[in-house]
Amino acid sequence: MDKITFTKFIIDPKIFWSNFILLGVFILIGFGCSHYMELEGHHVTGMNNQIVWGLPHIFAVLLIVIASGVLNIASISSVFDKKLYKPLAPLSALLAISFLIAGLAILVLDLGRPNRLIVAMTTYNFKSIFSWNIFLYSGFAVVLAAYMWTMLDREVNKYSKFMGTFAFGWRIILTTGTGSIFGFLVAREAYSTAILAPLFIVMSLLYGTAVYYLILRIISKFHNTYIPEDVLDNLKKLSIMFLFANLYFLGLYHVTNMYIAKHLDFEIFILSSGGIYTLSFWLGQVIIGIVLPIIILSSDKLCTHLALTVSSFLVLLGSFVAMYVIIIGGQAYPLTIFPDHIIMDSSFYDDVVHSYMPSIYEFGLGIGGVALALIITLIGIANFKFLPTMISSPHSSKPNDKTADS
Amino acid sequence: MRNSAELTRREFIVKSVTAISAVYIIPDLIPKAVASKPLDVEVSDKTKWAINVDVNKCVDGCTACVEACVDENGLYGFDRPETDSQWIRKLRIKDIKTDKVTTLPMMCQHCENPPCVDVCPTGASFRREDGIVMVNQHTCIGCRYCMLACPFKARSFVHENLTEQVTSAPRGKGCVESCNLCANRIDHGSETTACEEACMKEGHHAITFGDLADPNSRVSIAMQAKPSRRLREDMKLKQRVTYSGF
Repeated sequence: MDKITFTKFIIDPKIFWSNFILLGVFILIGFGCSHYMELEGHHVTGMNNQIVWGLPHIFAVLLIVIASGVLNIASISSVFDKKLYKPLAPLSALLAISFLIAGLAILVLDLGRPNRLIVAMTTYNFKSIFSWNIFLYSGFAVVLAAYMWTMLDREVNKYSKFMGTFAFGWRIILTTGTGSIFGFLVAREAYSTAILAPLFIVMSLLYGTAVYYLILRIISKFHNTYIPEDVLDNLKKLSIMFLFANLYFLGLYHVTNMYIAKHLDFEIFILSSGGIYTLSFWLGQVIIGIVLPIIILSSDKLCTHLALTVSSFLVLLGSFVAMYVIIIGGQAYPLTIFPDHIIMDSSFYDDVVHSYMPSIYEFGLGIGGVALALIITLIGIANFKFLPTMISSPHSSKPNDKTADS
Repeated sequence: MRNSAELTRREFIVKSVTAISAVYIIPDLIPKAVASKPLDVEVSDKTKWAINVDVNKCVDGCTACVEACVDENGLYGFDRPETDSQWIRKLRIKDIKTDKVTTLPMMCQHCENPPCVDVCPTGASFRREDGIVMVNQHTCIGCRYCMLACPFKARSFVHENLTEQVTSAPRGKGCVESCNLCANRIDHGSETTACEEACMKEGHHAITFGDLADPNSRVSIAMQAKPSRRLREDMKLKQRVTYSGF
């Protein structure tokens, strides 16, 4: 195998600064929106006493799920010892930490009392999966930082396999924790199931790989990074595998929920009579997010690059809709307080399918979070040697002549 | 010659320490003024506060309990029903099999195994020894996870800046809140909640509050007189609010 060399992101300063400023503006907009929501109260958002978690939570949970999944590439390299992925590993860890910080920032800034973050960091109820997640998320950031250090500093490089394995185990537990936020809600027919934990894990594997590929493509537009065919072929096969795993767990989640007699009405709602939620499920989560990418990746008519780009983009679209269906759809379906009665009249919207129209402030906060993930990545790759000068492999068709040490 | 009005450094330190002691330490050394009972008595599980609702006595169209709760806790809304707080609400329900229509008040059910307490990351949502489930307004971070966990939709989130707050029931924007069985009233020795009092004043006597640990309390007698049930008994939450007559 050729020697792997890493370099900083070499880019025209004008392009760097214009991107930096653009992302900075979005981050400022995000902070502005959050500040306004805190000042005025959440009545300026689309959230209410019926739909208590809204668009910020879609963004936050998605970013945290992606943070876990984007570490795939590094895990494959360190844990499963696939040399093919070694050059791609440091960027994978950087992306994981960036998306994690961004997801957490959104989550915190949407709190009713973001100024009480110190309370959340110092007062714990260990019966709550939320409390455990505070440790899992902050611990993940520390583990990732240590992992990146072992990958980039040759003196401690011998520990990278250990740290990689540790980070791999941590992120599996972390995503289990994220899925369990919903899985432990016994009162909600959409959520009360342990399958949500593995479902979230396979979602993270798929979404993380898609995001990694798209970001690598964007970077390679500006940076001399050649991705050999066998890496692309491998990514393609991985994506197909993750897509089928998603389809399987999604099917399993809904079929088992149908089997639970009390949850059947919810399944009928989400699969056939739920209006926007049903449409989002079939068109967004299933067709755009899973079926079309499988067809595109399985077809031989498109070149691998194009097939991966289009399918990753569709997966990303589908991931957003999937979070919408899970988070909003799950709350929109009314609680069953009286299983043997119909609620005829209530001042609190009991027995009514709730609607949700997000406000511009929630959207601003979410987009600000995405910009935060990207700006951390940009700063990281511009200042540290995260990018391989050339990604090559034993089977690479293109010879590698740049073997200078990093 | 030293001006007698000037302080030496030593005098300054001695006088400062004395002044600080006078303000902060000495009051703690003096025995406290005797607080009226039962505020000085620690809450214990020897008391089991509970509510029983006799739905046959609950009158359709009467909202006295809701209005009393609003006045007691200063729950004045902003005419935005989707975001305004509701600690108690009236429901009209129809039995699927018999078509019998019933009306009843719905509030926090004060579960012995409360899901809201289980999920709260900071422990702000807590259950007192005497069974009252409530929210510590000082440590609630406003994550709303408890609202997702509650099977009875009993909790509200304060969505906007509040005015006209009642001193006995402080509330805060960005925090979650719910019925606390008028904890402030009963801790000051009252034997009735605002909703029960209003229901009695109307002459309906549908809501009965009291101590389940006392067999002679109003609530114990009411529950002995008629069979009662808890909502969603399949969840085994052991609510302290029970319903009779349906």
